Amino acid sequence: MLKTFPKGGIHPPENKITAEKRIRRMTVPKVVYVPIAQHIGIPSEIIVEKKDKVEIGQVIAKSGGFVSSNIHSPVAGVVTKLDMIIDTSGYKKQCIVIRTDVKNESNFEEKEYPLKSQIKMAPKAILQRISDYGIVGLGGATFPSHVKLNVKEGVKLDCLLINGVECEPYLTADHRLMLEKADEIVVGIKILLVALNINKAIIGIENNKKDAIKLFKELTKNEPNIQVAVLQVKYPQGGEKQLVKAILGREVPKNGLPLDVGVIVHNVGTVFAIYEAVQYNKPLTERVVTVTGKKLENPSNFWVKIGTPITDLVEEVGGLPEGTRKLVNGGPMMGKAIKNTDVPVTKGTSGILIISEEEASRGEAKNCIRCGECVFVCPMGLEPHLLMNLTEKGFYEKASNEDIMTCIECGSCSYVCPSHRPLLDYIRFGKNIVKKLQTAKN
Amino acid sequence: MTDSVLYSVLLLASLGIVAAVVLYVVSKKFYVYENPLIADVDEILPGANCAGCGSPGCKSFAEKLVNTEDISDMFCPVGGNEVMKQVATILGKEVAEKDPTVAVLRCQGSCEVRPKTTEFQGPRTCAISAMIYSGETDCQYGCLGDGDCVKVCKFDAMYMDETTGLPVIITDKCTSCGACVEECPRDIIEMRPRNKRDLKVFVGCLNEDKGGIAKKSCAVACIGCSKCEDICPKDAVVMVNNLAYIDPVLCTLCRKCVDVCPTHSIIETNFPPKKPKKVVEKKNVIKKEATVEPLNVKTDA
Repeated sequence: MLKTFPKGGIHPPENKITAEKRIRRMTVPKVVYVPIAQHIGIPSEIIVEKKDKVEIGQVIAKSGGFVSSNIHSPVAGVVTKLDMIIDTSGYKKQCIVIRTDVKNESNFEEKEYPLKSQIKMAPKAILQRISDYGIVGLGGATFPSHVKLNVKEGVKLDCLLINGVECEPYLTADHRLMLEKADEIVVGIKILLVALNINKAIIGIENNKKDAIKLFKELTKNEPNIQVAVLQVKYPQGGEKQLVKAILGREVPKNGLPLDVGVIVHNVGTVFAIYEAVQYNKPLTERVVTVTGKKLENPSNFWVKIGTPITDLVEEVGGLPEGTRKLVNGGPMMGKAIKNTDVPVTKGTSGILIISEEEASRGEAKNCIRCGECVFVCPMGLEPHLLMNLTEKGFYEKASNEDIMTCIECGSCSYVCPSHRPLLDYIRFGKNIVKKLQTAKN
Repeated sequence: MTDSVLYSVLLLASLGIVAAVVLYVVSKKFYVYENPLIADVDEILPGANCAGCGSPGCKSFAEKLVNTEDISDMFCPVGGNEVMKQVATILGKEVAEKDPTVAVLRCQGSCEVRPKTTEFQGPRTCAISAMIYSGETDCQYGCLGDGDCVKVCKFDAMYMDETTGLPVIITDKCTSCGACVEECPRDIIEMRPRNKRDLKVFVGCLNEDKGGIAKKSCAVACIGCSKCEDICPKDAVVMVNNLAYIDPVLCTLCRKCVDVCPTHSIIETNFPPKKPKKVVEKKNVIKKEATVEPLNVKTDA
């Protein structure tokens, strides 16, 4: 029996069309647009000015508080302006615009990074490095990693989970990374174990990535501290709470964190970024992005510099196909439609999905027929139809009592609804309002 | 036969008497004193329960008026000065006098002048669109066009104009309760003084982008050129973040700014047509009026 979370879940068509494609390096963009709010928490503070020359990896915006992160220049070049650019939120946000210096060779040289498996740093120094080098959770939520790893004394922690599930359809960024950088990821896990001073790590991989499972089982054969857990193919297996429940059988309390049950979860992408930061002093300036879509000429996985406009990515895969209706930042389930192709890639962009007319249509919303499908699939055990109704009618207090805040926004309810009701849209809205009401109360 | 009639009459009569006694005792025993003034005040209030005063309904506002010492900061926007004066005579308290206001829509971004660049397929409410992104057009400040304000108006004073895609405020019906101002996620509805003959001059735009970008997203956007600020004899125009705002207190409705605005983003309402002499001088003025007129706040005549 494969491990899985007990409640709900769905299995949408996987469509992992880029699973066999090696990660290519993107051509260096001419101009990068680096938003200063790329992570959850306080936006970073810009420390460069117009016309400043910057080098690759130079800090251009420094952390604005504890729950914040440094941002480094992805290219060597000149800051042309500090402007407002539409980012993935759909609104204009402060961005640092850097024109790449085409004469500067550091932009184009491809360094070799041989495996460095010796860990020389002390736990404190590792955490400091992670904080300095702007590492955030690359699974999509972009929570600053140093905050997550900063375990207060007295808190019981016994296990590190590595999230290699990638349960989102279409996306293959983590899958490819696991295949191509497996050794580095294993070292990265060891670094984290040293930093956290624990001796148990489990890598969770969904059963549709058989090659990655085989590879990691092989690599960790002689590592008593690292295990591989094979998980059933089910969405949202990669949700933090679902993963903890599936692998360890521990229930994260509502409104709590995995740390409450002695677990920390990190994405494989984050682990690789941590490896590079600690072993090679490389700040987080690029990430793997899957550019995919059924109609695309050449869907691929790329190493992309943060701040690259999506136009460049689209060009690289052969341009927008005819009849393109929607561009999604992320996967089809949890991703967000973006407004235009000028939106830059940020630390949280795991994929760009290009959807055609037929796939994009949502269907007309009809009345709820009380079939209970949404309740059946909700991995958090909520009643989405009720939460939507309460939000629609403005009963936010009641919605709060019905645990609207525990919703992980996986979208399973909207996916299965036979009446095409916009369940998640309303629940998300309700969550926003309830959050506001709660902060107003405190 | 007569017995059964008699018994039932007696039975019902005695039941009635018992019930009357019980009700009498209970009403005496559980009597709650309510200041009779509350009922009097409630009588005068409009009874619309619009919550424009801040209280959930007219009855609770009446209670608040009666029970509070100093009521000078309370006001019923629907009833206006007249109702407040009556309240003052009943209660013998001082009330504030406020100039009547009316809601105005500070956006002229109709489908014609502000092209749609994306399409939103989610639920059609402004609140959700605003949460998800900056709207179907490239202007992230203007009207989203899903009519949350119309839905919230209790006085039927608003409707959606299908050709422009913007809400229209029927000035005669507007009670300035402020529900729409509260509801609009973009804050494009503003309460401005209801002048004589409902004359108004205001900037019909909230776009804070730089001129070129603003103009690109909407043909009638305020581009922040400051011409109106320069020409205003009363210093009523303030420029903040590339956007002009006309202070209704200082404005004398001279309309100089309207003529000078290059994008026609300053709206004038209910002014009589200009003298023919002027029209000959400035041809573009007529043109402008012709295009801007359909978007104006209508006085539902």
